[in-house]
Amino acid sequence: MSPEQQRPVTLVVNGVGHRVTIPVRRLLSDAIRHDLGLTGTHVGCEHGVCGSCTVLLDGRPVRSCLLLAVSVDGAEITTVEGLAGADGTLHPVQQAFTECHALQCGFCTPGFLLTIAAGLEDNPAPTEDEATELISGNLCRCTGYQNIRRAVLRAAELRRSGAAG
Amino acid sequence: MKPAAFTYHAPETLAEALQVLAEAGEDGKVLAGGQSLLPILNMRLAAPGHLVDINRIPGLAAVDSAADAVTVGATARHADVERDDAASRVQPLLRQGLRLVAHAAIRNRGTTCGSLAHADPAGEMTAVLALTGGTVRLVSAAGERELSAADFFVGPLESCLGPGELLCSATFPAFPSGTGTAFVEVARRKGDYALCGVAAAVGLDKDGLVTSVRTAYISVDPTPLVLDLTDAVGGTSAATADWAAAGALARSQVSPEPDIHATASYRAHLVGVLTARALVEAAAAAGGSAADAPSVVR
Repeated sequence: MSPEQQRPVTLVVNGVGHRVTIPVRRLLSDAIRHDLGLTGTHVGCEHGVCGSCTVLLDGRPVRSCLLLAVSVDGAEITTVEGLAGADGTLHPVQQAFTECHALQCGFCTPGFLLTIAAGLEDNPAPTEDEATELISGNLCRCTGYQNIRRAVLRAAELRRSGAAG
Repeated sequence: MKPAAFTYHAPETLAEALQVLAEAGEDGKVLAGGQSLLPILNMRLAAPGHLVDINRIPGLAAVDSAADAVTVGATARHADVERDDAASRVQPLLRQGLRLVAHAAIRNRGTTCGSLAHADPAGEMTAVLALTGGTVRLVSAAGERELSAADFFVGPLESCLGPGELLCSATFPAFPSGTGTAFVEVARRKGDYALCGVAAAVGLDKDGLVTSVRTAYISVDPTPLVLDLTDAVGGTSAATADWAAAGALARSQVSPEPDIHATASYRAHLVGVLTARALVEAAAAAGGSAADAPSVVR
């Protein structure tokens, strides 16, 4: 058996380019966590069901466990570490999560935050139904979804008022 | 939950991709969006020796809307097709079906052509291709061929895509004017595989009389099943048509298999109920006022 194929890639995460040489079968989720040390991206089911590994790829939410890192060479990736401002100011979605008690154990939270942040860019004023639809691809097993849905609506308010962003 | 090792190819041109696929033969697999392939690799249900990533090939991501058909390229994401207003005007079933495909995050990466190549009997786009009379274009280093849905889908997760072939594009023809469409389904949870799904097309004449009723089903047969239900309601006014009778006719023509998600009789029941619902919606979209029809179980 020949040695496992490696390939150099540039992963642009939160605006910073990282040049790494990785096995071609490395999942993006694992590359972000293991090769870049950014452990805010959480890995749950590893087959695209739970949504906790959600990151933004060129601004759109995707499952990082269903992407090969070598396949997104050069693309812009945003992880949860890229949400808050450089001075530590929380992103409106993060602020809303704290205000609405929208997390308990926090495992699913990074995936929700990125899904919602991108969703509000698309639809800045979601209805309750649209908020439910927005988070329908992410699983939470502690606080349930009511507070998370409240946080979606609160985050939309915060974005509009500019109070936290 | 990690893929087994493979050799990765990142061709920059279609010719290069076809050459690599030809050399890899049975051991080669195309990677487009990967939203069905990666779970399979992660769970080691498959371990192809060669993965051919077609995402870098220019020109494959196009969504082309002509007056009579929409052609979707191999790397066009579900989300791009879903958001394409021109495509939705030409063939509304595209957006109607795509909204039911998994979750937004999956649609952002998954491709419509990949979903067809995967040939999952629960895949919404297989029914859209079948009902619209669409075709897929398969290319290889040796040439190309164009196949209808009936010829392309062979069984569950099985198409006639051969070694070395790439599903390069899919074409979804428009319906004649006066046709309304709808896609409805029932799943245990939002975004799950449907227990049963129905794509419907209802044609009305200028007086609002039903001229044609056709449906296609997912999660019912090993391949997308197309039925003609015109006999049940043809010639009657869309506003008063007995859509439940069309549902009953559909139900009498299916024989779904049971699995851990649903019994055969429940699936058959869903065929009847969802057919009627889909036809009401489709007739309304065609310009009839069928939403007031009294005979439909809502």
